[in-house]
Amino acid sequence: MPSLHTVNKTPFERGSLETCLKLAASGGAVILIEDGVYAAVRDSAGVAMLEARKNDLKFFVLGPDLEARGIKRTRLMNGCHVVDYEGFVALAAEYDRVQSWL
Amino acid sequence: MSGYRKGRELIVKRFLYVSRRPPHGTIYGHEGLEVIFTGAVFDQMVTVLFLDDGVYQLVKDQDPGALGFKNYALGFRALNELGVQAICASRDDLTARGLSREDLLVDALLLSSFEITDLMENQDTILSF
Repeated sequence: MPSLHTVNKTPFERGSLETCLKLAASGGAVILIEDGVYAAVRDSAGVAMLEARKNDLKFFVLGPDLEARGIKRTRLMNGCHVVDYEGFVALAAEYDRVQSWL
Repeated sequence: MSGYRKGRELIVKRFLYVSRRPPHGTIYGHEGLEVIFTGAVFDQMVTVLFLDDGVYQLVKDQDPGALGFKNYALGFRALNELGVQAICASRDDLTARGLSREDLLVDALLLSSFEITDLMENQDTILSF
């Protein structure tokens, strides 16, 4: 019964990502949206948190939010999948529930 | 447990309301309580969970009168009578803030991280405030 978790804040602004990663059940997925996308930039402090759960959670980043912020896909950590809005909808339908970490 | 009807079918879903913000600084806490009331009066299976700074909302003896705000936190005491299954709070997050059960205005169920993960995975819908 895995969940899709959305995180829309940078890991520097709020503890949303940290709490999400602490409590998300194995087999779930996290999609970084809006300001949340900064967490996936390689060598940033957010990546260390993501790396710790990369074996039992899937990570996605919303492409339009990356482009809006000037973040090239080549700057992202490995194992992070970029999706568009349609992909986001597909994920929301695929998982049993969506939990927003605001 | 009753519920709402869709045609002749009776629908009862498991709703979890998650609050992670402190009271009074923003309107999230107060508005969150209003939404919880709505779920409860429609006889859904409602559980409320306080995480991170959300646990500050459950602290007793709040008095925001001088700020011109209503002391909405007293409303949490009414939730049991409205059929809310449980008011839960993260034990770790209380401890990290120097709080314990005695500081709270309701008899909350204190949960470990593992129990919280389990609770979240057993819901139909999760709403965050």
